[in-house]
This record gives sequence, C-alpha cells and structure tokens, in this order.
Amino acid sequence: MISIRNLTFSRGNRKIFDNISMQIMPHKITAIMGPSGTGKTTLLKLIGGQLKPDSGTILVNDQEIHQLSRRALYELRKKMGMLFQSGALLSDMSVYDNIAFPIREHTKLTKSMIRTVVLMKLNAVGLRGARDLMPSELSGGMARRIAMARALALDPEMILYDEPFTGQDPISLAVLVKLIKTLNQTLHLTSIVVSHDVEETASIADYIYLMSEGKIVGQGSPEELTQSDSEWVQQFMQGQADGPVPFHYPADDFSEELFAL
Amino acid sequence: MIIFFQHIGQACLKSIEKLGRASLFFIAIISSIGYVLLRPNLLIKQLFSVGVLTFWLIAISGLFVGMVLGLQGVYTLSTFGAESSLGIMVAASLVRELGPVVGALLFAGRAGSALTAEIGLMKATEQLSGMEMMAIDPLKYIIAPRFFAGFISLPLLVAIFSAMGIIGGYLAGVELLHVDSGAYWSQMQASIDFDADIVNGMIKSIIFAWLVSWIALFEGYDAVPTSAGISRATTRTVVNSSFAILIFDFLLTALMFGVA
Repeated sequence: MISIRNLTFSRGNRKIFDNISMQIMPHKITAIMGPSGTGKTTLLKLIGGQLKPDSGTILVNDQEIHQLSRRALYELRKKMGMLFQSGALLSDMSVYDNIAFPIREHTKLTKSMIRTVVLMKLNAVGLRGARDLMPSELSGGMARRIAMARALALDPEMILYDEPFTGQDPISLAVLVKLIKTLNQTLHLTSIVVSHDVEETASIADYIYLMSEGKIVGQGSPEELTQSDSEWVQQFMQGQADGPVPFHYPADDFSEELFAL
Repeated sequence: MIIFFQHIGQACLKSIEKLGRASLFFIAIISSIGYVLLRPNLLIKQLFSVGVLTFWLIAISGLFVGMVLGLQGVYTLSTFGAESSLGIMVAASLVRELGPVVGALLFAGRAGSALTAEIGLMKATEQLSGMEMMAIDPLKYIIAPRFFAGFISLPLLVAIFSAMGIIGGYLAGVELLHVDSGAYWSQMQASIDFDADIVNGMIKSIIFAWLVSWIALFEGYDAVPTSAGISRATTRTVVNSSFAILIFDFLLTALMFGVA
C-alpha cells in the first residue's frame, strides 16, 4: 500500500533521510521509531505529500504521491487520516463541528446522517458525551482522541499517527494504545505509528523500523528487535543512557577543560 | 568589505524571494474568489470579526480627529477671518487624506495584527497542516474569506471615519466655538466635489484595504511557527502596513491631486 524507495531528504545542509527504503504492509500497524530529531514527523509529511523529497519515490496506493496534481493529491488524502501530535483541532469549532467538518466539506450527506456519523465516531473513541465542548476545554488525552475520531471521519484506508503517546497520563496512554489496536483490527486500516515510546508502540506494532541519523538501523517484528544483536537496537529498545548513541554531546576532555585557565 | 556586500546581496535576494512568495500567495487568494462567493457564510463571519469589531475604534477615533480639526481649524481660520470655511477644511481634510490614511492605520493596528496572530497561531498549532491533510485547502477556506472581508470592510470603515469626523468638527466648531452652522454645512456642500474628493478618497481606501489585508495575511501564513516568530510577524504587519499606507498615499495623492 505504501512503498518508500531510495528516499533522500535534506533541510539546509542537514541530511534528514539518506537513501532509505521501506515497505508498509496493508492492514498492519507499522511503527517508525527513533530518538527525537531523527525526522519521524518529517517522514509522515513526506508520505502525506506535504513535503517533497530531494530524490527517491513514495508510492501510496501505487500512485507516486509527489507527481500527483493538486486535485489528485487531495483525492488521495481523503483516503488518508492523520493524527497530529498537537491534535490540530480547529480552535473556533466545537468537538462536534470538528468531526463534522471534513464530512460536510467532502460529502453531500444530510444533516441527520452527518449527526449519526459524528456520534458513531465519537462513540468509538469514548467521547460521545463531550460533543459540545470546545477544544480549549479538553485535556491532552481527550484532544488526541477527538483528533483520532476526526481522522476517521471519512473512513480512510490508512491512518498516520504522529507521536500519539507523547505527554499522556497512564490512563490516557492505555486508552490510546487500545484504541489504535482496536480501530486497526475492526476497520482493517493500514496504520503508521511514529513514536519513541518503546513499550507502548512495541505492544501493538506488527513491524518496526528503527531510525537514526537518516538511516534505518534496525527493522523487524517487536520480538525480532528485542533479540537483535545490534548494540544500537538494544540501547534504544532497553532505553540505556549510554551506548552507540553517547550520553555526552561531543566536547573537549572534561578534566582538561576544568583545569584550563 | 566583501562580506558587507555579501550581506547586502543576501538581504536583497531574501526580499525578492519573499515578494515572489507573497505574489503567488495573492494570486492564490484571488483565484479563490469563486469558492468564497459560493460560501457566503465564511465571508459574513469574517466581516463581523474584521469589520464590525473594528467599528467602535474607527467611529470614536474619527469623532475625536474631527473635533481636533474643528478646534485647530477655527483658531487658524479666525486669523484670516475665514471661520465660515471651517466646514470645507474639515471635510476636505477628512475625505481626501485623514479618513483613508488614519482609518487604514487604525485598521492595520486592530484588524491586521489580529489576522496575522490568528493565522500564525493556526500554523503553529498545525491547524493549517491538519486542513491540508483533510484535503481542504486552507488558502480557500481560511485565508481568502479573511482577505475579502478586509477588502470590503476598510472602505466602509473609512467612510464611517470621515462621517464621524465631520460630526466631530461640527461639535467643536459650531457647538463649542460658535461658528455659523449654516456656513459650516453650505460651504462643505458647495465645495466638496464628488469625483475629485469623495471618489478619490474611496479609491485610496480600497488600495489601502488590499495592502493591509494582503500584508497581514501573508505575514501570518509565512510566520515562523513559534511564539517569538508570531510576535515578530505581528510587528512586521503593523510596521510594513504603515509604511505601505504612507508611501502609497503619497503616490496616489501625487497622481490624483498633484499633477493637474
């Protein structure tokens, strides 16, 4: 369904992705993990056609996303839901209107049908009772669940999650983990989860790509990665402070610097 | 020395690049006119927040500017025994210059800065990206209605500013300093020309409306999506709009009144 081939992308002089290739399997949850600043969110923006690569191709549903016309790109995006890290809810609309918004814009459903669809989506994320609240009245976890309901509003074939677990309390975290898994299974979605929360992501992912410094440094099922021989993979999966990714930012010798006059 | 010229060159290139981006942005807005006409509700909502919410600032400012003109006018004109010409002095100053210029400067400070901050915050909180990913063009849905609302509102607000100013001039000149009421109105009616004064003033306000709305929305859309970036963009809106209004005012005045 999504195929990334020889992707290279730079920002200024910094190479974010250096000739990487990935295959996202349909109807599975694929996780893209790595330390902060490795360009995980950038990868989602490339898949969504919001950024253009320097070289390489991204095929979504066998269409090269960066060669599409604006109209064709928008048609493809209707099949693609995205959950932003911040939720990205429209702040001047109620929860109900936020979810109804894409349905009103892209379908000719009657008012009562839109109401039914919105209530179904809200019920799926457990927040039917919060439909009249404004985004400013929601907790972080609730905002993310509402954003998830909005991402599902048009019944997409695939859904992209950008750091869905960041900054969540344990209860919200468990709810989100369960929701991603349940929705994927029930709706036969293709899900891409970008995250650095190892435990939560590994518990639901079918396949994981580990990224660092623009390269894929490990890939496989969660079990395969846990048993990997790679020091880098072990450091990341077990959350060790020091290893191939050093604890200290490159600097001069500490004792020399202390006694230097 | 070479580094100095390099800096100047880089600054020029950046400015040209920004002007290019702003021009493409403007073309995208203009090409969205059909979308806005098909969704009048979007425009009406923005007419309220951009235009109606600026009404009291414009009306009260216009009244006091007119009162000051009335006071100053009477003191200056009385030196020549020409107090009866107060009406024409107040009306011509307001309709030709002060109405469009001060009205547009106030509009840039109130509505322009609010537009930049709103769009910048929508960018910072990924609301614009979110719309893009929902296959909804934010240029059409968010930016274009705000642009046309500003474009429609400012000329009307300028007319209100001038009308309130004329009333202010009457209060100060006639009611307070006892200039003849008949002379105030009849001189104004006899000397203010519809085409040369009122139409030219409205043309200025339409051009200022285009400039302020364009600058405000582009600065918001182009802002660095951080709190400092939005703050800088908001400041740039007020500063650049003010410069643009004053420079264009000179050019338009030269074209309309200066070359006879």
